[in-house]
Amino acid sequence: MTRDKTDFWVGLFVLLGAIALVFLALRAGNMSSFTFTPTYTVHASFENLGGLKVRAPVKSSGVVVGRVSGISFDNERFQAIVSMEIESKYAFPTDSSVSILTSGLLGEQYIGITPGGEDKMLAAGNTIQYTQSAVVLEELISKFLYSSAGSQEKP
Amino acid sequence: MTTPYKAISQLGARVRKSITNLGAFMRLAGAILARSGAALSRARLVTQQIHFIGNHSLLIIAVSGLFVGFVLGLQGYYTLSRYGSEEALGLLVALSLTRELGPVVTALLFAGRAGTSLTAEIGLMKAGEQLAAMEVMAVDPIRRVLVPRFWGGLIAMPVLAAVFSMVGVIGGWVVGVQLIGIDPGAFWSQMQEGVDVINDILNGFIKSVVFGLAVTLVALHAGWTARATPEGVSRATTRTVVHSSLLVLGLDFVMTALMFG
Repeated sequence: MTRDKTDFWVGLFVLLGAIALVFLALRAGNMSSFTFTPTYTVHASFENLGGLKVRAPVKSSGVVVGRVSGISFDNERFQAIVSMEIESKYAFPTDSSVSILTSGLLGEQYIGITPGGEDKMLAAGNTIQYTQSAVVLEELISKFLYSSAGSQEKP
Repeated sequence: MTTPYKAISQLGARVRKSITNLGAFMRLAGAILARSGAALSRARLVTQQIHFIGNHSLLIIAVSGLFVGFVLGLQGYYTLSRYGSEEALGLLVALSLTRELGPVVTALLFAGRAGTSLTAEIGLMKAGEQLAAMEVMAVDPIRRVLVPRFWGGLIAMPVLAAVFSMVGVIGGWVVGVQLIGIDPGAFWSQMQEGVDVINDILNGFIKSVVFGLAVTLVALHAGWTARATPEGVSRATTRTVVHSSLLVLGLDFVMTALMFG
């Protein structure tokens, strides 16, 4: 086989590998989580994060508007601080509330933003005041047991 | 009839021999890496080797990937339908392939096809005294023969593993969506939500690079240290397949524990 032909086939071979990787990344993987659109970061504190992970989606009305970018612990107020990147084309009022929701019954947890009514919009670096922690199953059960035990004591 | 004393000293000799072989293997690997400048200055040799090693393995890798994808689709559907989660079939197929089956099965097939051909070629060169002739002509045989094959194998392996995974996913789609009738939207969207580019695809890629390194080095070493007889060459090819398969599976366990454990 002549030199140029060998080079051609080898080049085609490596190209095929690159195409295979790109196919896997785009069609099989969640490449969409790498948004190259501009984003701004806001923070929120929660009492309990539940199973929230970094890169979990941030949804409003069920549509993904951003991603969780960082999770840290505030040792002074003993709360979890979540940083999330929201796409710049979506602006939310400063009195919006965030809560940690679960997709389906046993699915992954995500953050839901419910818009408020203020005129001023959230800017980069702002902290969202109104937060609701994740629902922890054990606390729910103990609350139920405690309240049902309390109602039984009434004469 | 060996006395216990002889048996123990034979065991000791075996262990010493394997450790010495391991040392020789590492020394050859070091020599190949040290002379890798030849790969850059004579890229023509490397591309020739990529052609022999990679292009000629493409057919077996692609067909195996297709059939592995088919089987994953069928077996996965059988188990998932018990829990009513048939729509997660795409996720199952893609995760199994990119994380495990792609790199490992490709490495095993690569060891069988390309590894043995490397070993046989170098062993026969040794048997035909070509390597000795090169040394007489002041051409470094490691630089001329081993280094291009090393880099050819190292480059070809990840490419083949990626092709295997891609064809496997397509095979799973053919069985799941076309034959069984799972909803294509659910098939692809569950897969895209669950397969992470960094954690799954990149880790699978790293695995395939490490496997390529291991299999190519084992194949080259077995050929280089083959006895210069037909029987010696056949033993060397057997050693290539057995040792590189075991090494691939052992490395797979270690890397899976590191990456995903």
